[in-house]
Amino acid sequence: MADLAPRTRRPLHGTWHTPYAAVIGSRIRAQRSYRASFLLDLFGSLLVGLTEFAEVWVIFHNVQVLGGLDFNAILLVFGLSNLAFSLADLLVGHIDGLPTFVRMGTLDAFYLRPQPVLAQLMTCEFSLRRLSRIGVAATALVAGLVRCDVDWSLATRAMLPMAIVFGTAIFAGLFVCAASLQFFLINGAELTNSFTYGGSYASSQPASIFPTPLKMIFGYLVPVAFTAYLPTLAILDLPGPAGLPTWLAWLLPLAAAWVWALALTLWRWGTRHYQGGGG
Amino acid sequence: MSQHATALRDGAIGPIVEVHDLTREFVVRRKSARMRASGRPVASRRRLLRERSTVTAVDAMTFTVRPGEAVGYIGANGAGKSTTIKMLTGILVPTAGSVRTCGLDPLTSRRELARRIGVVFGQRSQLWWDLPLRESFAILAAIHRLGPDEARGRTAELVEQLEMAETLDTPVRQLSLGQRMRAEIAAALLHSPELLILDEPTIGLDVLSKQRLREFLIHERATRGTTLLLTTHDMGDIERLCDRVLVVDRGALAYDGTLAGLGATVGAQRVLVVDLAEPTGDLTDIPGAVHLGSEGDGLRQRLAFDPESTTAAAVLAGVSDVCEVRDLSVEEPDIEDVVRRIYQSRRR
Repeated sequence: MADLAPRTRRPLHGTWHTPYAAVIGSRIRAQRSYRASFLLDLFGSLLVGLTEFAEVWVIFHNVQVLGGLDFNAILLVFGLSNLAFSLADLLVGHIDGLPTFVRMGTLDAFYLRPQPVLAQLMTCEFSLRRLSRIGVAATALVAGLVRCDVDWSLATRAMLPMAIVFGTAIFAGLFVCAASLQFFLINGAELTNSFTYGGSYASSQPASIFPTPLKMIFGYLVPVAFTAYLPTLAILDLPGPAGLPTWLAWLLPLAAAWVWALALTLWRWGTRHYQGGGG
Repeated sequence: MSQHATALRDGAIGPIVEVHDLTREFVVRRKSARMRASGRPVASRRRLLRERSTVTAVDAMTFTVRPGEAVGYIGANGAGKSTTIKMLTGILVPTAGSVRTCGLDPLTSRRELARRIGVVFGQRSQLWWDLPLRESFAILAAIHRLGPDEARGRTAELVEQLEMAETLDTPVRQLSLGQRMRAEIAAALLHSPELLILDEPTIGLDVLSKQRLREFLIHERATRGTTLLLTTHDMGDIERLCDRVLVVDRGALAYDGTLAGLGATVGAQRVLVVDLAEPTGDLTDIPGAVHLGSEGDGLRQRLAFDPESTTAAAVLAGVSDVCEVRDLSVEEPDIEDVVRRIYQSRRR
């Protein structure tokens, strides 16, 4: 009855990204099929974006200059920071729900599929509702660029896409860090939110207003100053505060690499703990 | 390279599951609750210390499964069944000992192994709850990178054999338990694995759904030679599906052999349940029967007997000599009974 002959190895169809494309495509279709709920989500996310912007607006109703930047420059910081954060949120923001994935057994299901677990986790959802917040951020960014009298030099044209791409990578890496820590922490979402949402908030402020220790933390340890403040300095050709010189902005890829090295190390620890300590 | 050497390298010849001295411990941390007499916690650093203790879920387990076998893996809740399965599939790291599944190390070759095994956890779903079943199958085909012809052919085959044609366009969250379980099994078999591991596949299903599932699994095994390893609490699953039974007790193997041999080891195979006219002391002296338990002050009593050496009628006659019987039923032994008796014989 049993066929003891070795089975010939099945040829794989498609490419390495076929599985991810199938999952992401289905997530997008699923969200669009619940239209009313999707529109409400979009609206909610729009309100969040507008509230964050209102905060900046209120501050500049009272002061002319904050941390060496005027309102127009702050528009740039706000736009870049929020754009990078909401893009990262759209792509991988769902992974801070890791405890739920563990509880529902979804994580175990990932272990039973032939892709890396972290890659599956990152691509298992795609939150289109964040699109409206991305819209708010992009509007602020464009307004900032228009009102700031930007010199469209080669440097500016290089820095802008670099800030968006690597800024998104930095926030995505912070989401992975936060998720990894939740393997160890029970109800750790409060603490890990300070990583992601706290990091996002810090990045939308000019880092020059922080006391030196915080400046060092946001400049080098959790380098969110790289997502918006430093690129803004570079684009506007402004000098940075002590400890955060403007040329640092060009090390953006390095900052992103650092965050991802940290993220992957924490993820490794986390999964070891899950498989070893018993989750 | 000769074909034999190729086969050895692929691990297709030789055991499909090979477990040697497999051990898994869990560290359990408990907050030590040191309280003052007043009921307030002691405000010292000691209070923050936690007590650690080690629980051995799987204890030096050794067994092998050959390709094509159908093995029932049974034991009480918490005996270590799921822990073993998680180590076979690369979800958990063993504390000690070795595991090879399909000739592969489940930890270092997890992704390769995932292409060659299918796993169903009865209590957990690997389908997308908000998508029609059809789409879940399409995504899984992409995840296993099946070609379009292979995906279409295999899906059609499974849909027909598991009678899922009407439910294909229904979102998974609207399926009944029986429908969902059939869908889960189809999902695990879509990539034609060599080994199918089922953790409680029939739990909560009605008789008809169970029957359909079993028939399908028998057919799958007969036509494809798929190896089955299943945990269950249902004796019917074991009787109809498995030619070998592993009984696990407190993390260790208590029995490894055929179902008939299990019955012979344990002895009594049927249970006579009698409802008596009035409360009666435990009926421990009935010839050919063993008293299993009493309920309601002895109004209902359970007596086990071996149909090889006596009959239900003889046992009933023995009971009627002592007291008046108002009602009776004969039960096939359930798996808990068999397991409990194995446990008892080990602890004597």
